[in-house]
Amino acid sequence: MSALRLAIEALSAISLRDGNRPILRRVSLAIAVGEVHGVVGESGAGKSTIAKAILGIIPSQVRVAGGRITFEGRDLLALSTNELRGILGRDIALVPQDPSTAFNPSRRIDAQMTDGLRLKRGFSAKEARMRARALLEEVQIRDPERVLNSYPHQLSGGMRQRVLIAAAFGLEPKLVIADEPTTALDVTVQKQILRLIRALQERHGTSVLFVSHDLGVVAKICDRLSVLYMGKVVEQGSTADVLAAPSNAYTKALLAANPRYDRPDSGLEPTPPEVIAALRAEIAAFDRGARQAEHG
Amino acid sequence: MLLAVVVKRAAMALLTLAGVAVVVFVLLRVVPGDPVAMMISPGASAADIAALKAHYGLDEPLLIQFWIWIKGVVSGDFGVSITLHRNVAAVLADRLPATLELAAAALVVAVALGGSIAIAGTLMRRTAGEAVIDGLNSIMLAVPDFIWALALVLLFVIAIPILPLTGRIDPVLAEGFHTKFYLAESIVTGRFAVAGNILSHMAMPTLALALPLAAVIVRLLKQSLKEAMVQDYVLLARIKGFRELRLVLQEALRNAVGPTLALTGVQFTFLIGGTVIVERIFAYPGIGNLAIDAVINRDFPLIQGLVLLFGLIFILVNIGVDLTVAALNPRLRHA
Ligand SMILES: Nc1ncnc2c1ncn2[C@@H]1O[C@H](COP(=O)(O)OP(=O)(O)O)[C@@H](O)[C@H]1O
Ligand SMILES: [Mg+2]
Repeated sequence: MSALRLAIEALSAISLRDGNRPILRRVSLAIAVGEVHGVVGESGAGKSTIAKAILGIIPSQVRVAGGRITFEGRDLLALSTNELRGILGRDIALVPQDPSTAFNPSRRIDAQMTDGLRLKRGFSAKEARMRARALLEEVQIRDPERVLNSYPHQLSGGMRQRVLIAAAFGLEPKLVIADEPTTALDVTVQKQILRLIRALQERHGTSVLFVSHDLGVVAKICDRLSVLYMGKVVEQGSTADVLAAPSNAYTKALLAANPRYDRPDSGLEPTPPEVIAALRAEIAAFDRGARQAEHG
Repeated sequence: MLLAVVVKRAAMALLTLAGVAVVVFVLLRVVPGDPVAMMISPGASAADIAALKAHYGLDEPLLIQFWIWIKGVVSGDFGVSITLHRNVAAVLADRLPATLELAAAALVVAVALGGSIAIAGTLMRRTAGEAVIDGLNSIMLAVPDFIWALALVLLFVIAIPILPLTGRIDPVLAEGFHTKFYLAESIVTGRFAVAGNILSHMAMPTLALALPLAAVIVRLLKQSLKEAMVQDYVLLARIKGFRELRLVLQEALRNAVGPTLALTGVQFTFLIGGTVIVERIFAYPGIGNLAIDAVINRDFPLIQGLVLLFGLIFILVNIGVDLTVAALNPRLRHA
């Protein structure tokens, strides 16, 4: 096995909003150098909370209750704001979910693409602009000059997501976190964006944490995957293995509901009630065990 | 598109001014008291009074009086001040620069002070520092300009006497100016000692006018900034590794400033209205101070000219604010 880039160990989080309800239940996953790891689960499963914990942007009403996030031998959860700021944008970048809100409406694309390069890579204004241009060409934007001189509202959703991907990979980070990067896009655009992320990732040897509610999407792009249910990893393994022989009934149900994973979102069916019941029992047993460990 | 807006606003402005002209003209003649009553000596004969009224054209029917006045106004002749015996336009031109400099200084101070406190409060959000700022600001919001004026006098004239109480400039320094914009001219021509003297005179009236506006700016701008700071694009910029201050200035400020600008425009017209009492308190020779004299003396032509001038200033400020807000919004600029 190749070198580890990111290791999440027993990450737990609780919501301070409703009675310390657990949001993440001892989540562990590891991403190797150059690997794409998918986190799949229904809405509210805690996928974004994992991403936010890595990026140090946990909301004030959520608290990390335990665990470690090791990146390059350092525990990100133990870093000071200043130390983390040094890593963000240089070693770790984010492709956000919604390209319509991810841009500052009153700054040109140019400014928003080059500021990170200037701050984190020490580029001059001119170098950064040239680099931004090259990056846009890399994500197959035909008229990069026009795009650079545009304001966000002048670009389509798919175009904006390309720009965001270009900006994220353009910082030459070691890890890119993509939190549902295609959810807000048309199905046809989704495919292009997935191909693009995969191509950039391979070309730059970037590790990617790819978050999605859609097993079909994750199956397409990820080397390994974790299935998350109510903040607990219920299945983990290489994508090929999991698809061939899922160990958890929930994963089976997801696969059954969505057999054509080459076609995201085709014929989604609800998870059978007995599968949900089994999952709930598993979560309850886990919580009992956690309480015993705490008090015993 | 912007041009169409300007044309529409200019037409509206003219209509508004016409309305103001009618209202002030009629009001002055309906309410008791007239300039002749203010200047006759006791025991003047009815014939004397009638002669005086005829001299000032006050014996004509209201409609004729209005016609004569408005005809003059349209051709730039605002009549002659009854008490100052000078052309109203000339009197206003003499006094307006003092008020413009005062109002501009107050606006600059209010924006700089209010803006910095709002930004500081945003950086300190959810800390004790923010609570202190909010607490002080809610007190400041309740204090009007003339109370500030009195407090400043107590502080800087009586407790620590470092500022001159009245006037615009030390009279011995008021020589050799080519314009009435004393502050601007002394700065442009490099006479900094003179500028300093003017500023020391302006300090208290400026602060008295600026502090209430600063309080309003702090309240609204801080609120807007906090809302902007949780937007996705600010989060993304934070993940690029930018510092908080840069996030506020580069990402949030421009998107948050719209409502504050619009409100500042409205509040700035209040500030200009406030010059009337504040200039009076500090015997500052601007149009606000002049307005009080004009009213006391029932100087009809001067009051009419002043009201039109105030109306014009209000309208120009509002148009200026609208254009600035539009110019700051790329959606409007590149529609
Ligand atoms: N700001 C917040 N404050 C409190 N609880 C939150 C907050 N954001 C999310 N949560 C809770 O955390 C859980 C997981 O949310 P999230 O990680 O966003 O899920 P996902 O990304 O898988 O849809 C949800 O139950 C949600 O209610
Ligand atoms: Mg999410």
